[in-house]
Amino acid sequence: MTTTQEPAPPVPPTDHAPERVSRAGDSIFRGLATGAGMLIMLALAGVAIFLVLQSIPAIGASGEQAYGADNIVVYIWPLLFGTILAAIIALIIATPLAIGVALVISHYAPRRIARFLGYLIDLLAAVPSVVYGLWGRETLQGWVFPVYDWLHDNLGFLPFFEGPVTTGRTILTAGVVLAVMALPIITALCREVFLQTPVMHQEAALALGATRWEMIRMAVFPYSRSGITSAVMLGLGRALGETMAVAMVLSAAGVVTINLISSQNPSTIAANIALNYANASGTKTNVLIAGGLVLFVVTFAVNFLGRWLAARGQVKA
Amino acid sequence: MSGEDTDMTQTPHDTHEPFHTDPSSDLSSHVPLTKPQLPAIAVPLAAAVAWGLSGLISLFMEWPVAGWVVLGWVFFVLGMPAWANAVEGRRKATDRLITTMVWTTFAVAMMPLVAVSWTVIERGAPALTVEFLTSDQSGVIGVGGGILHAIIGTAIITLVATLISVPVGIMAAVYLVEYGKGNRVARVLTFLVDVMTGIPSIVAGLFALALFTLLLGPLPRIAIGGSIALSVLMIPIVVRSTEEMLKLVPDELREGAYALGVPKWRMITKVVLPTALGGIITGATLAVARVAGETAPLLLIAGTLRSINTNPFDGAMQTLPVLIFSEATKGGAKPEYLAAQIERAWGAALVLIIIVMLLNLLARVVGSFFSPKTGR
Repeated sequence: MTTTQEPAPPVPPTDHAPERVSRAGDSIFRGLATGAGMLIMLALAGVAIFLVLQSIPAIGASGEQAYGADNIVVYIWPLLFGTILAAIIALIIATPLAIGVALVISHYAPRRIARFLGYLIDLLAAVPSVVYGLWGRETLQGWVFPVYDWLHDNLGFLPFFEGPVTTGRTILTAGVVLAVMALPIITALCREVFLQTPVMHQEAALALGATRWEMIRMAVFPYSRSGITSAVMLGLGRALGETMAVAMVLSAAGVVTINLISSQNPSTIAANIALNYANASGTKTNVLIAGGLVLFVVTFAVNFLGRWLAARGQVKA
Repeated sequence: MSGEDTDMTQTPHDTHEPFHTDPSSDLSSHVPLTKPQLPAIAVPLAAAVAWGLSGLISLFMEWPVAGWVVLGWVFFVLGMPAWANAVEGRRKATDRLITTMVWTTFAVAMMPLVAVSWTVIERGAPALTVEFLTSDQSGVIGVGGGILHAIIGTAIITLVATLISVPVGIMAAVYLVEYGKGNRVARVLTFLVDVMTGIPSIVAGLFALALFTLLLGPLPRIAIGGSIALSVLMIPIVVRSTEEMLKLVPDELREGAYALGVPKWRMITKVVLPTALGGIITGATLAVARVAGETAPLLLIAGTLRSINTNPFDGAMQTLPVLIFSEATKGGAKPEYLAAQIERAWGAALVLIIIVMLLNLLARVVGSFFSPKTGR
């Protein structure tokens, strides 16, 4: 299917066989493999190109066509703010948990059950996001409501907990659900780097009389700093792009506020698309796609940075 | 310079003096070689005391179970290091505190898994009837009907996505490992695939939406578009897992095949791929499990439908995730309709989770047969 895209040069003459048989088979197979690789690059380029093409009509949109906003920037900015706010809440919760869980699996749990515990964390990633959304909307919001009440009564002087508390479906709840979803990916990557710490360093620390925690602080953490950073970046990418959980949990008003527990919550780009696509028509569709383009650029940059940090860390090791 | 040197060589003599002048002193009598340690029973003992005390208080105050657990945890976190501090010293106490904290993070991380599983089973199980699994929503107003159309839709869309992604993914991995080995294109591709694994699912949906808007006009609803969007998400996962597996195939096997005069493509199809087959199947199955629960792209391009549609090239197709979303979020005309919708959403969630977990289990079983053993 993709032989037409074959840019590959013929097999280099340095190959082992002096007399080559079935070269046709070889070059067809090579073409297929190369073509598949090119197709992936093409798909990625296609995602970017189609999003850009469909976003162009949105640049001039205003008023009714931009959902009442003056222009596209004014429309997307609060959504971007909400996206980043929810993701940051998620990371503040998920990062310490993920590092702890990764340590359990890599250093604390007995070897025999560590594998099983890792499998449990993978199950957390296997639950579909829409199920988390349903759970957050129907169950979790009821559980966190009294907690928000308490936060409002006791810490209400902080701008985050100004309230008023009328619903559990706030940006903080959305952040908690996102944290649950970002946790497995951060854990998996942290676990990998923790396990890569040279055994010699760890045993040397223990031999000098370090306790297990001192060994981890002196040998494991310095070694895996860049790995942890990249894991957090990739978790951030996941949290930024997550759609359904936020769309279902959040009672969104599209405002810019750092009040985390009121019923007037910032929405996120992804959730906004999911909630509005159905009754979008004309330029409104383009406005939504432009939002998607912004999200794509942001997540691409975050993932790029995360992968780059990870790759750099690997070279150093 | 030389004056300083002689000074420095003289000072050690002075410091060594006491050692030689006092031969009777035994070093071990002054510096103990061991420190007191808590016995192994200390941790369970402390835990029993902590939660026992907390239990008494909870009974007295009539607190719920959660209060008992949390208070016991507080007692344990404070008590265990305090005891260790008294007996073993500060460093050991810190170590024990951190150990408790680290295990606590694991317990906290397990809570959502347990809570979600429990809630889905508790609220979804009553919905699972024969009618629920064998009928669709056509002609149903409010109460009744089933989700067969969504199950079929999920199966078809996921299957088509698999048929697109698995060959492309495997061939791309073959290119990376067997042909591109370390050249510039391969390195860029590896990096892009990594970055692609982080594409938000809704962006993949928008891509399919934009593509089919160009092909079919505004507001396209077509199931194959959903499969394409899912492929964008699935291909990178398949490439990554296949690549890892191909790298594990020992070079001796490749060289052995070459030595027998086998052409490269026969070597790959007859030696490398069969050797890595188990791992490749595991990776592909996990990828299927991952995309089977994707909602956002299907919501945008595959749309919703109340009846069975088995043709992916013709119009909208209902899927389980989209059904869960729409049933849970659309308001009901009457309270009993709303209750029925919510129950339907939970039932569909249970079915979806069962499908995804079965796929995961299948992947693990296949993987445990084939994958090389790597300790943890």
